[in-house]
Parts: sequence; C-alpha cells; structure tokens
Amino acid sequence: MTASSNSRRPMDSGQARIPLGEVHVIPERCKECGFCVGYCPEQVLAFSAEINAKGYHYPVIAADKEEACVHCGFCNLICPELAIYTVERERPGRDAPHDEADA
Amino acid sequence: MTAAPEGGQRVLTGTHFMLGDHACAEGALAAGLDFFGGYPITPSTEVAERLARRLPEVGGQYLQMEDELGSIMSIIGASAAGARSLTATSGPGFSLMMESIGLAAMMEIPCVIVDVQRASPSTGLPTMVGQSDILQARWGSHGDYGIAAFSPASPQECFDLAIHAFNVADRYRIPVFLMLDEVIAHMTERVVIPPAKEIPIHRRKGPVHAPGEERHLPYAIGDDLVPAMAHAGEGYRVHMTGLTHDERGYPALTPEIHNTLVNRLVDKVRLNAQAIEIYDEYELDDAETVIIAFGCTSRSARQAARLARARGSKCGLLRLVSIWPFPEQRIRQLLARGTVQRFVVPEVNLGQLRREVERLTQLPIHRINHAGGAMPTPKDILEVIP
Amino acid sequence: MTASPAVIATSHPNDPLLRADRFPHILCPGCGIGTVIHCYVDAMAESGVALENHVCVSGIGCSGRAAGYVNVDSYHTTHGRAIPFALGIAVHKPELRVTVISGDGDLSAIGGNHLIHAARRNMNLTVICINNFNYGMTGGQAGPTTPRGSMASTAPHGVHDRPFNLPDLARAAGASFVARWTILHVRQLREAILRGMHNPGFSFIEALSPCPTNFGRANALGTGMDEMEVYRQRCRIADSLPPFDELDIDLVDEARPIVVGNFVDIARRPYESV
Repeated sequence: MTASSNSRRPMDSGQARIPLGEVHVIPERCKECGFCVGYCPEQVLAFSAEINAKGYHYPVIAADKEEACVHCGFCNLICPELAIYTVERERPGRDAPHDEADA
Repeated sequence: MTAAPEGGQRVLTGTHFMLGDHACAEGALAAGLDFFGGYPITPSTEVAERLARRLPEVGGQYLQMEDELGSIMSIIGASAAGARSLTATSGPGFSLMMESIGLAAMMEIPCVIVDVQRASPSTGLPTMVGQSDILQARWGSHGDYGIAAFSPASPQECFDLAIHAFNVADRYRIPVFLMLDEVIAHMTERVVIPPAKEIPIHRRKGPVHAPGEERHLPYAIGDDLVPAMAHAGEGYRVHMTGLTHDERGYPALTPEIHNTLVNRLVDKVRLNAQAIEIYDEYELDDAETVIIAFGCTSRSARQAARLARARGSKCGLLRLVSIWPFPEQRIRQLLARGTVQRFVVPEVNLGQLRREVERLTQLPIHRINHAGGAMPTPKDILEVIP
Repeated sequence: MTASPAVIATSHPNDPLLRADRFPHILCPGCGIGTVIHCYVDAMAESGVALENHVCVSGIGCSGRAAGYVNVDSYHTTHGRAIPFALGIAVHKPELRVTVISGDGDLSAIGGNHLIHAARRNMNLTVICINNFNYGMTGGQAGPTTPRGSMASTAPHGVHDRPFNLPDLARAAGASFVARWTILHVRQLREAILRGMHNPGFSFIEALSPCPTNFGRANALGTGMDEMEVYRQRCRIADSLPPFDELDIDLVDEARPIVVGNFVDIARRPYESV
C-alpha cells in the first residue's frame, strides 16, 4: 500500500466548501497603500485605472478573479483606512468546488 | 472637645483642634472627595497622609503616584470619569503640574489643587513659609485660561474653602487652587465641622438628555458659557482633546475657533468673578490706609490694623480670601470713595500681589516684602502706617 | 480578461465603532496606525464588554490621534501622560475597560516613568504602543526606539544609542501580559489586544508599524508596502518565551530576526484600591 494524500484527507472533505467572498470597497477612503493588493492570498485585487478624489488608485477585482475571493477577511483587517471588506455569498452553480483532491 | 468618632464617617461633625493640612483634607472629604492622586512634598505631605487613611475608609480611592506629573494627570482622568478629585503639593511639584493644569483648563475638567507654599524659588527653604506662587497660580501654564484660587488664613478656612473650591471647580469646570502657606498648613487651631446636611455641595451639571437620545455635544454652550459635562462610562461617547476643538470635541485647528474657545475659557471666570470672589473687610469704611493681605500675613495685618486704629490712624484691612479672580471691582469701589490715601501690601514674596494693586491705582503702595522663610509681624506692618 | 469593479460601498461594517464622520483619517498612506485602530475596535466588539464601558486614552503623536477616531469615550491628552490619566479613570471606575493607544516616544521617552510604575503595580490597563521607530508627527526625529544605525532628522549622522527593547522593559517593570506583533499580523494583534482587555492587570502590546513618510523615507525603506516587506521577511514568531535579549530590534544586521509573539501571560495579582 503506497502512502498517498488520500490517507491524510479529512473524512468530511467531500462536504467542505470553500467560501466565496464579494469584495466591497469604499473608494473615497483608499490611500493606495497597496496592502490589500499585495497581501491577498488569492491575488484577487488590482489597482483601479481611475483615481478617487484625492488622486489614489483604489482596489478593483483583477482579471479572471471574480470568483477567487475566499472571504478570508485579511484585506478587511489589514486595511488602515477601513476601506475594504468582503461579504460571503453563494457560489453560482450546483457543483461548488470542494477539496482539491476531489477535483 | 466633642469630636465625632472617625473611621467610615465622611463628615467629622464636631469641634476639633486640628492641623491646617488635616483640616484641608477633611474639608475635601466633606465636599464629597472621591479620588486623591498625589506625591509627598513638604509642607503638603500631611494632606496626603490624612487622606491615605481616611479616603479608603469612606469608599474613595487614594493613589500615590510616581511623580507630580502622574498625580495631576490621575486626578484629571478621575474627574473625567466623574470623581471629585484632589491633589496636594508645594512649589516644586506645582511647577511640574503646570502643563497638565492647562489640559484641565482646555478640556474643562474640574479639579482642585492644593499648593502649600514654601520659600522659593527651586528647593528653597522646604520647611518654611512662602507666598510666592501667587502669580504662578494665575499664569503658570502656557496660554490664556481662567482659574480661581483661594487662600485660607486659618485651619477653619482650610476646611471651609476646600468645600467652596470643589463647588467652584464643578460650577465653572475649571482647575481651582487652594493656596495655603506653610504657616497655615502647619498651624493647629480650632476647627468646627458642621453636620453633613449643612455642607453645601453643588455638583457639575450633566447633559439634559439621556445617552443615545440625541448626539451629545461635549462643548455645546448655553448662556452661562459652561458646557454640560458627560463622564466616561455614562454612555455619551464623548471625545475630549487638548487640541483646539469644536462643539463635538473634535480637533478644529483654525484661528477663529481657537480665539472663540480661549476667550470663553477666560470669560467663564472673568464674567462670573463676583460670584466667585470672597474677601473679608475690617474697618474699611473711612480708611485712609488700606492693607491688602492674604494667608498667614493677613493675621499680622489684622493686628496691625487694630493697633493702628487704637492709636488713631484710619486704617483698614481688605483680606483676600479669593486671590483669583482678583477683586478689582471692590478695590475700584474703595478708590471711588476718595478717602483712601495709600495701600500697604505685605506679602511673603517680592511683590506679586502688589502688581495687581498697581494696575488699579496711582496711589502710593507701601511694600513689605520678604522672599520667604519669615512672615511679617504686626510691628513690621504698623511701622509703615502713618 | 480585464479588471472589474468591486462593489462600491459608502460605509464599513465597523463604522458604528468609529467616528466615521471623521474618515478618511489624517494618517499617511502606508502607515499602520489605522490597522491598529481596526484591530482595536474589532477586539472591543468581541470583548463581551459593552461599548459604553470601553474608554480610549491617547497621548501626542500620530499614534495619539487614534483616540479621536474610535466611537467610545476617548481622551486625547498630553505627551507622555496618557497612562496616569487612564489610571485615574480605571481606578475610579473599575468596571470600565481602559485602553491606552500611543506611540513609542510618547510612552517610553517622556512617558517612561508612568509606564514602568503602572506596569510595576500591574494596574488594569491595556497599553498598545505603536512603534514606528521615530517621532513621526513632528517630522521624523530619533527616539528611544530608533534602531542603531538608522537615520532621523535629529540624528543626521545616524543613531548611536542603544534603543529600548520594549517588551523586556515592560516585563521587567512587572507587566503581566506582554506581546509584540507587526501590523501585518492582524489576527494575532487583535487576539493580543483582546487578551489584554481580559487581563485584569497591566497588558503591554507593542505593534510595529511602517512610517513611510518619515522613518521609511529617511532610511530608504521605500513605500509602506516595502517597509512592511522588510518586517515580514525579518520576522520570526517566537513559539515560546525567548531570552529577552533576542527581542532587541536591529535593522542593520539583516541576519538578526525581529522576534514577535505573546511573550508574557501570567496571572499576577492586579492593583486593587485599598
């Protein structure tokens, strides 16, 4: 019997779901520090092309990252301006992705 | 002596033979003192020692701090949380407290500070009398602001004026100074303490609305120029800052707001001076010579005036019980009569009170000054009275 | 294949905990003080203590401005004197949770005496010391935590003095909870603040923050993000109580890690009024 990742998989990994987050931004508070863009574990964010009233580029969703946010809350907490947060939402479609080993 | 038993009793109703510093402490307790933060310094230490024992017995908090800066800030913080709070010090500690006194004035947090004056400047004569912190009480912190200062001339007055000081501090939301001097503080004399229900206690006014009913503006003012005070923990979510601020308490750094705010801090006291002033008069009606004195010096002055009258001089005494606000109006009244020919201002300093009199008159002012360590005798004062 | 907008919001879920009418705040882009404020209000919300019973007291400096942005009874006092002011509140009303937020110079230079005595007596305070290695608000002067070899406006030839090791100082003085995190470690920082609020004694939490406008610029550290990267790469989380001299911060020697963690968490009799 060969050791494989299957022998270490949690028994409920078939039911575990990866959350999906919806990013909310308050553009007028952003000062373009870059913490959210730089530290998002899924690289969901990018700088906008537009600027806010103070001249800063604020976060937008990077190309092809609309479903990538996992609602980890890191951008929310790290933002010094309290300018960004995520809200959990339902994944579209019946078969939400589960643990990678199942995919 | 019919002193009431101690231990747990705020107001020691009865007749006592009591040290000035102790009477001051008992006056504070009778006024409802909740919190003392202090640091020992001669000749004020007896205030702290008395309260270290008595304050916990009546449910208050005594906190000995690491220095005078900690002391004054702790009493301002406690007052922000609703306490009637006190500290006691002497010249060197008084100087250390000055920045924070400005904070109390700016935030409009009431507090009472006892300064038992000793011979100064610097370390000076730590155990001997001085009266040279008078101008410092008025002008000691940077900037313009209003305060009140009272000077007891007996242990009885130490008790009485402590109560008055707390009422004035609360009424106008200002720092108030009890300017004792070492002679009065270390003198033991008869002190009569009335029943608790006869002690006048007038506390600071709070917001008229309940928390959350409407947004509380910590510095919204009515006609009397004194805002209602909400305390920490009452649910009003106040913000207070030493920066120039608007009605909301938020920093608002413009010259216009600053000028309005600081003028109000001064006007609160200036326009209410008559309500705050206390002075004691002896034989002033036809006086040609008026002695103006305070604290221990006023005791010699009264005797000098008596002796002068006895030998036919028309001499009177205006004893200042409140040093600040300085009783300008009363002095102008005396001058307007036209009978006063000269003033005599004896003080244990080199002419601090004299400056206030000089502002008001061109009449001659005989100075009797000593830098500290000795108070004038009645004979010293009598000598200059014709 | 292009970027798309996020949902545009006008307020943040934590706004009820803040004086949101004063946002955006005055702090610079890339400064970590806002993050500390965020961790603090988050901890407040989780503390189980009603907001009416939380009080924030601050000193002078950029960190001191924090008190003006939180929607609890808050007092922006004088330089170095937040701790005794806070003590007066905490001793008079022991049911209140009093937190001091201030800077490295405010708390350890001018305020040093109050810091060590409050720690000695294990007074019931949570002190959050935001250490950005300089006096930022006044233009980047050197202070007692400016690392040796760094540049500052009053150290144009470089700092020669040994800086304070703040966790060691707090521990030696008697603090019963001592932690150090950077503002990158948001979850640990929030938990440490929460732990401090529950500790009936003196809690000291050092939060290392970038200061791109002053310290960062004087020391060629780049943007706030660049400065954060330096701290992130140099950080080591202590998994047990380290020897305290390991907590010295040396920014010149790149081999020397910046040790973060919860270092002291002991049950020691807290201050009680007689």
